[in-house]
Amino acid sequence: MSNDKMKEYWSKNISKVLTLLGVWFLVSYVFGILLVDTLNTIPLGGFKLGFWFAQQGAIYTFVALIWIYVRQMNKLDEEYGVNE
Amino acid sequence: MSILTWTYILVGLTFALYIGIAIWSRAGSTKDFYVAGGGVSPLANGLATAADWMSAASFISMAGLISFMGYDGSVFLMGWTGGYVLLALLLAPYLRKFGKFTVPDFIGDRYYSNTARTVAVICALFVSFTYVAGQMRGVGVVFSRFLEVDINTGVYIGMAIVFFYAVLGGMKGITYTQVAQYCVLIFAFMVPAIFISIQMTGNPIPQLGFGGSYDGMPILDKLDGLHRELGFAEYTNGSKSTVDVFFITAALMVGTAGLPHVIVRFFTTPKVSGARKSAGYALLFIAILYTTAPAVAVFARVNLIETVSNQPRTELPAWVDNWEETGLLSWEDKNGDGLVQYVADAEKNEFNVDRDIMVLANPEIAGLPNWVVALVGAGGLAAALSTAAGLLLVISTSVSHDLLKKQIAPNISDKQELMWARIAAIIAVVVAGYFGINPPGFVASVVALSFGLAAASFFPAILLGIFTKKMNKEGAISGMVSGLLITMYYIARFKLHWIGDDATSTSADWWWGISPEGFGTVGMMVNFVVAFTVSRFTPETPQDVQKLVETIRIPSGAGEASAH
Repeated sequence: MSNDKMKEYWSKNISKVLTLLGVWFLVSYVFGILLVDTLNTIPLGGFKLGFWFAQQGAIYTFVALIWIYVRQMNKLDEEYGVNE
Repeated sequence: MSILTWTYILVGLTFALYIGIAIWSRAGSTKDFYVAGGGVSPLANGLATAADWMSAASFISMAGLISFMGYDGSVFLMGWTGGYVLLALLLAPYLRKFGKFTVPDFIGDRYYSNTARTVAVICALFVSFTYVAGQMRGVGVVFSRFLEVDINTGVYIGMAIVFFYAVLGGMKGITYTQVAQYCVLIFAFMVPAIFISIQMTGNPIPQLGFGGSYDGMPILDKLDGLHRELGFAEYTNGSKSTVDVFFITAALMVGTAGLPHVIVRFFTTPKVSGARKSAGYALLFIAILYTTAPAVAVFARVNLIETVSNQPRTELPAWVDNWEETGLLSWEDKNGDGLVQYVADAEKNEFNVDRDIMVLANPEIAGLPNWVVALVGAGGLAAALSTAAGLLLVISTSVSHDLLKKQIAPNISDKQELMWARIAAIIAVVVAGYFGINPPGFVASVVALSFGLAAASFFPAILLGIFTKKMNKEGAISGMVSGLLITMYYIARFKLHWIGDDATSTSADWWWGISPEGFGTVGMMVNFVVAFTVSRFTPETPQDVQKLVETIRIPSGAGEASAH
């Protein structure tokens, strides 16, 4: 693969990872920790929303994030012909 | 049938299964021994990683801890799962592409330095030994409670089993036994959880029962109410400061991503895409337990308070007497009224429960059948043994591969290296057993140390090695060493109280209000800052290493994991 192509592949990879890590930070550190008291004023079924994010929601999101990453990267690898 | 009979049957069956798998999957080469021949499917690797990761602490202690910590317990839930996102997105695929056997391999090659390799080996050994001692102890505790043997006998039996499949089968044997162990432990964790969820909320899914209603109101509101009545902090609010919760969560996440026994699991898949996928499977399987645990914590807490609070001691159920005998539960009638006062105020409180018994005693508290109680014992053993085996492998590999083959005696043959790997595994089993029988007093607190050290050393070094070509050996080594030293200093001072005057080492003296458990995050930051600064003023990374970094970033051509 040419140098430019490789740089392009890498920067696309980085931007995908950064977006996903943004969500990772949001659901755990922001919703589950920093804004937990504010979100706790909102009920979600029998839960307070902030508490739910800290003990349930963040974990579900983490699982989803990895699988989204797997799909996105498989597509990107194919696009650039670097899949195995 | 009695609990004891059931336990013998279930533990006997599962052990026979593990040994059978070990014989079937013996290792024939160092590649089999270190990375299971590099041919493990992502699904099997995901299952094995989950079992490897979920230790006696996750299985036995975590729900109990959360039960007593409430919202503060979220640090474990988010910390020990969020790390997998970092691992999957930032480390696993690239380390798999690099295609060697160990973490020190990567550090040593990427930073073209045996000093860096040695620093990494020392960290790997330290982290793994502190961790494995706790596992062997866990094995002993489960044996002594459920099989009514002496704790030491329990440790010996555990050593014999681990010896069998870790020494014979190496990574190959460990991987396939871990797949079986995951199935045992998750079944053992979920069955009582589902039973109790149905009993208390009418919902068979604990994750939903957690938000269900009990006694005409959401069970969490009920619990908050009970806590207020008894003077405890509200369950859903917790009492740690926001800063501390933030830093502990971060240290556990980054530490998880930097633990060598977790990272090496991703060397076993045949392809880079397989490494990504198996991280997805691993977290999915881990999440099943981790989203159930906080529900179990709430059910157990409500059950406990309702069963004992303000009840006459003589009318409490039999499990209270059973556990009182073990010394893990105690009652002292301070005001002489014959009732159990379970309140926050230490002067008036009459009832003490060890948090470790919450999961183990839960089936008894909920009055579940004997086979369920026995199942929990088999599950606890599966959790402890699978983690211990993974750690022993890291220890033996560090010695036979990173120290011997890569540094002291590079000319030994594959066969000799394999023999040394087995010898190192034997020694590691014996040392781990010794620590299990004579646990150093600081074992409980060194778990914080292993995460802190992994966060402050491995994670930044690996991350920088992949994402910046400019990071050179001087930067990486000085970063790792300074991150390690400052974290060790902080823990030695504020957790172990080995350094400094006790009077100036209280929680009021913590830097920026960060507890020792959360200090790994600061150690990581120090590592980054030092590494960048030093690399600016020292010679540039050689061209061939920069080329190496470029190839790591491209998935194609991963080939099989190889020694050279």
